[in-house]
Amino acid sequence: MRIQLRVWRQEHKSKPGQFADYELPEVSPDMSFLEMLDMLNDQIMRQNGRPVEFDYDCREGICGQCGVMINGRAHGPLANTTTCQLHMRTFKDGDIIHVEPFRAAAFPVKCDLKVDRSAFDRIIQAGGYIAASTGEAPEANSILVPHEEAEAAFDAACCIGCGACVATCKNSSAALFTSAKISHLALLPQGRLEAKERAQQMVAQADKEGFGHCSNTEACEVECPQAISVLHIARMNWEFNRAAFF
Amino acid sequence: MSNPDHDREAEVSLLDGPPHDVKIKPIEKKKEAPQRAKLGLRRTLSEKNLMALTGLFLCLFLAVHLLGNLQLLLPPEIAQWQFNFYSKLLSGNIFIELISYLLFASILAHAIYALVITIKNRRANGHRYDYDRRGVTSKWYSRKMGLLGTIILFFLIIHLRDFWYQLQFGHVPLDKDGQKDLYTLVVTVYHSGWYVLIYVLCMIALGYHLLHGFFSAARTLGVYDPRYVEWIKILGWIYSIGISAGFAFIPVYVHFARG
Repeated sequence: MRIQLRVWRQEHKSKPGQFADYELPEVSPDMSFLEMLDMLNDQIMRQNGRPVEFDYDCREGICGQCGVMINGRAHGPLANTTTCQLHMRTFKDGDIIHVEPFRAAAFPVKCDLKVDRSAFDRIIQAGGYIAASTGEAPEANSILVPHEEAEAAFDAACCIGCGACVATCKNSSAALFTSAKISHLALLPQGRLEAKERAQQMVAQADKEGFGHCSNTEACEVECPQAISVLHIARMNWEFNRAAFF
Repeated sequence: MSNPDHDREAEVSLLDGPPHDVKIKPIEKKKEAPQRAKLGLRRTLSEKNLMALTGLFLCLFLAVHLLGNLQLLLPPEIAQWQFNFYSKLLSGNIFIELISYLLFASILAHAIYALVITIKNRRANGHRYDYDRRGVTSKWYSRKMGLLGTIILFFLIIHLRDFWYQLQFGHVPLDKDGQKDLYTLVVTVYHSGWYVLIYVLCMIALGYHLLHGFFSAARTLGVYDPRYVEWIKILGWIYSIGISAGFAFIPVYVHFARG
């Protein structure tokens, strides 16, 4: 199939970027979106051009490295999919595809489609851990965790930190990302003890990084590759409010 | 005693030679650990809390206001005396006066904070998307709360000018019992078809604003249990449709039945 691409090219954070048009005459519908970008880079390099830089690692939808805005949607037109798990069969022959980096003031563009998501790392550093020596794996029955709670905590822990929630949010809010970790740890007995401080510190850090407010549009849940529930945001709010009053 | 900072640094240094372009800025450590929980009023969540609390207070007011206005639907001869009596009862009450100050404060705070939050969020957005199809992932009214709110504010100005201001500072003729005849004022104003149309359109905007606002407020305040979430959604629908349809029906009915 024949694909036309409009790709954001920006050499460096400090330099202005612009769109460049490319054409790929023979794209296989079985290719993943990233393989298609590999093909594009191959074509560019054969003409001695500078390849399009984009992030990726595992290419199997679990590392959270890849992530671009494809035709105006985070990770492309499918819900709950990473860019690497998006395949060219989703598009039609002759389509023009717009590819842009994730946009947010807290995610500055590093180069072309790569953005700096270290703000997420700092949010985790601010409290996304249990501040106790865990030692060896304890006897499983010494601290009982009900099955439902363990499952709910695991659902939240599934966040891969790709940043699609921020990219798709009209306010560039990191509420889903921040709340996933707060909720994950608040649901488990070991993490429960520090739930209040964790909520306050992680929210404070997210604010400091310049992410916006959550308007509860629920767009993030649609684009999240792990379909992390927006109810975790409500739980984060609960922990945050609880910390202020009791 | 081991210094936790020290340990963290030691751990980071084990990751020898990170990729050249990965730069994780360490967090500056606060001088003292907070012993007491701080209110943190300037956090994004605190600002949303204020929006939620003022919004819910306004929701409560709307319900009471609608119940009062339903008296307009009584048969004309009863409605006039009843409505004027009700208006006199409210305007002479010190408790109601205090509530009205709280009400004006809530409206102002809700509007001003909406503006502050919107400005901050614009800043958080950074560079705009060249090609933006994000709208398909959420409901339009959840994204257009500012626009809907502006329509409601516009409506409020007309509404207060025509009734509240008239009653407080204008010359409202008296009815045969010597009460200010607010009923006749209302019926006269609803005579105009244009006025009624604007009212109805504004009430549709209010309905959508409430539909998102009611449930969003509950989320912001931290209702996370899926069982309650279901109920709040249903309650939000009933409330929003009830309030907007109720407020829209009254002028339409008065216009056609008492015109």
